[in-house]
Amino acid sequence: MAKYKFWAIIIVAAGIALGFFVWNSQQPDSQHKFKLGLDLSGGAHLVYKADTSQIQGGDISSAMQSLKDVIERRINIFGVSEPIVQVEQGGVFGTTNTEQRLIVELPGVTDINQAIKSIGATPVLEFKLLSKDAQDKIKAGVASKDVLGTPGVFIDTGLTGRMLQNANIQFDQNLGNKPIIGLKFNNEGSDLFAKITKENVGAVLGIFLDGKLIEAPSIREQITGGQAVITGDFTSDSAKQIVRDLNYGALPMPINLVSTETIGATLGDQAVTASVKAGMYAFLVVALFLMAWYRFKGLVAVLALAIYTTINLVLFQLIPVTLTAAGIAGFILSIGMAVDANILIFERTKEELKRGKSKNDALKEGFHRAWSSIRDSNSSSIITAIILYYFASTPVIKGFALVFLIGVLVSMFSAVTASRTILFAVSKEEK
Amino acid sequence: MYIVKHRKIFYIISSVLVLSSIFAIVFWGLKPSIDFAGGSLLDISFDQNKPTSEEVGKVLNNLNFKDASVRSSGEGFILRLKEISQAEKDSIMSGLSLDGKYSPVEKTFSTVGPILGQEAIQKSFVSIILVLLAIVLFIAFAFRKVSEPVSSWIYGLVTVLALLHDVLVPAGVFAILGHFYGFEVDTLFVTALLVILGFSVHDTIVVFDRIRENLHKNESYGSKKNFETIVGESINETFIRSVNTSVTVLLAILVLYIFGPQTISNFTLALLIGIFIGTYSSIFIGSTLLVTVNNLRRSKNRV
Repeated sequence: MAKYKFWAIIIVAAGIALGFFVWNSQQPDSQHKFKLGLDLSGGAHLVYKADTSQIQGGDISSAMQSLKDVIERRINIFGVSEPIVQVEQGGVFGTTNTEQRLIVELPGVTDINQAIKSIGATPVLEFKLLSKDAQDKIKAGVASKDVLGTPGVFIDTGLTGRMLQNANIQFDQNLGNKPIIGLKFNNEGSDLFAKITKENVGAVLGIFLDGKLIEAPSIREQITGGQAVITGDFTSDSAKQIVRDLNYGALPMPINLVSTETIGATLGDQAVTASVKAGMYAFLVVALFLMAWYRFKGLVAVLALAIYTTINLVLFQLIPVTLTAAGIAGFILSIGMAVDANILIFERTKEELKRGKSKNDALKEGFHRAWSSIRDSNSSSIITAIILYYFASTPVIKGFALVFLIGVLVSMFSAVTASRTILFAVSKEEK
Repeated sequence: MYIVKHRKIFYIISSVLVLSSIFAIVFWGLKPSIDFAGGSLLDISFDQNKPTSEEVGKVLNNLNFKDASVRSSGEGFILRLKEISQAEKDSIMSGLSLDGKYSPVEKTFSTVGPILGQEAIQKSFVSIILVLLAIVLFIAFAFRKVSEPVSSWIYGLVTVLALLHDVLVPAGVFAILGHFYGFEVDTLFVTALLVILGFSVHDTIVVFDRIRENLHKNESYGSKKNFETIVGESINETFIRSVNTSVTVLLAILVLYIFGPQTISNFTLALLIGIFIGTYSSIFIGSTLLVTVNNLRRSKNRV
């Protein structure tokens, strides 16, 4: 029995250490805090339908990926902590022809209009040449510079923001630190830019953002190397915004909002408080019941349960699992299943004791016999959890299924390790 | 032995429960939430004074939201409308302040497009059917070594019968609650049904496991107990465990129902009903059905 005692001490000590880890990680600056779902933290949940009609079959998934990337980067800029952007296929069974969706979750964002605007914005940068005709008129003094504003005077060059490698903000010392925008083209863009500037020295090159003329400098010489600056009349904020939009590019396809959900922050707070309270009470009630019915063994079961709970919490933090109200319900349910493993073992042990076996033999036999029930019944729970996880139509259900799955797996583990070892370790003393 | 001997009583109780549930579902139907039907749901609370339902109705009428339903919810109202846009929602929010008389706060606002709703229904059905199928297969596999006197497929099928029973009853209760109190079923309700399925199988398997073991013992000791006796003994032996486990789980869920967040109270209610019924069926219905099936088979062979 010395062996069991040794391991029992190790398990309890490990449990305490893990408990300390969970406790400690609730400090504000910890990187392992619990991740709370939107229903607990408050925030916005948006579902977009992507219009993939312009995209060839095989490219859809890569186009969706780039759509996801673009939107992810746009969201990152307006400072939402831990946004979630996911691509999802519509329909019950995913095939290539199904609807493509993008799910965006923004914790803490309750002003959904702002978010929708920022996500949906599609900046377009274009370089256009002023037509010869208009240019001559300006030179001759027939028309003023105002003619630049009239439509049709500029001709497309094919050079657009798609060919940018990146854009950045610079501050021009000569102009009293005025913000200007630096552009760097990719190879294709550099070549085209060099060609345009070579062939049109002296001409006016209009730079358009979202169809609006930002600036119309004259080309003095050929520009190779693919660098350019825009010296429009920018404030530091507007320059930042433009650089952001240029860098993150246009959306590869149009998107439509099909579903939204916002949860107020106070509601989330209430849900957290209620869930935590309910969880603690539930544990207490279960513990009292176990100790009332099984006395000393019940106490061991409660200890094993406490370790079980701690292991789960640590896993939630490390994986990390996003906790929702439904997820917490799933966790509490899995505590029920963990209790069941203990009850099965205890009842079985009692039976063996009645048959006149010694305490240790009865315990051994109890574990041995109860195992097939524990294994088979938990296997069916695991199957249910996996099916739920894959067919979940909302993140709420997905969260529930994941927590439930982890809970059941851990409960099988803790029943055979924690409960068993501690029971064997203390069974001598009890005699 | 009491349970197996008097199984007819339990069959009658269950038949009554199931038939009245089916009746409620067919006649009143389940009220789909926007998760399934599509539309918008706006949950508003008020900081101090709360307008009357009539005032809210008037505001909605003036703004031309004719088919909105208004439900009072403690500190505010829950409005259910056809699909509305953000701008329309903002107009409702500002309309509800009635020129500064009240200060409405938006708690949640959700909109589900009709296609998403349709899909949620399909997915729910598919997942329930898949879970049932997977369970039949799993049980047939797990009990593959018991083929005498009842084949392992029968164990699987009997379990599914018991499961249908466990799912129909809470669904029936929600049809009744929906008819009289406006309870809606959403995707969380479907989750609750699936959990009930999982839990009930869990329970049933524990009893089956004992039958499996006792059959095996009976064979190796060469005693000639009949199937009915073995099933009866197995139920008795696992009875305390079944009750204790269910009591613990029900206690935990009851606590969750009373103290847990409002948003999942319907979910926990469904779980309470379902797990209670599931425990009942795994003790009184599942295993006794095995005996009935065995008797049927024997009498057929005799003819």
